[in-house]
Amino acid sequence: MQITIKKSDFDRMYEHALSVRPEEACGLIAGRDDGVRAIEKVYILTNIDHTNEHFTIDPKEQLTAIKDMRANGLKPLGNWHSHPESPSRPSEEDKRLANDSSASYLILSLMEEGSPVLNAFHVESVEGEKVVRKEELTVI
Amino acid sequence: MKITVAGEKKEVADGLTVSGLIELENVETPQYVTVSVNEEFVDSGAFESTVLKEGDEIEFLYFMGGGR
Repeated sequence: MQITIKKSDFDRMYEHALSVRPEEACGLIAGRDDGVRAIEKVYILTNIDHTNEHFTIDPKEQLTAIKDMRANGLKPLGNWHSHPESPSRPSEEDKRLANDSSASYLILSLMEEGSPVLNAFHVESVEGEKVVRKEELTVI
Repeated sequence: MKITVAGEKKEVADGLTVSGLIELENVETPQYVTVSVNEEFVDSGAFESTVLKEGDEIEFLYFMGGGR
């Protein structure tokens, strides 16, 4: 799967993630999916866990975002969150809680100061095991 | 009766509950789903007792979370 994100959206995510550090930042992504997924809108939402170890997207904000996507003809493409102190790859908990095999899961690592790393992943259950595949993410 | 599910209008049987709708819609991993009816969140313990009404607007929200 190929997926694109605008540099301006990447910058917004990064700036927000820095601003709430050490807490994890999170949100949703939406756009088009014509074979290549194009992220057209990044939603910056509240992590109601307010910790550096977990995130839970505020369901009220999630509902508002879903309605906004619908109103703007955008398709929900998945979610994103930051790893303030760890690499850009799904943790065991990320995998356990990734229950939408149609979603792209973006993880922004802030581990290397000044060098954010953003990757996208696909997670699906195969015979009871979560299988992770990295997607081809391009910042445009 | 007519209700709206995830933005789509649907005709369903009178007396349908939130649990019944979850089954009807083949919702994946219902244990990770939050349901709102007319923008009010329904406690999962009340899914079976919450009867939907004509004109209700229902959204299924997948829990989105994780950890490092």
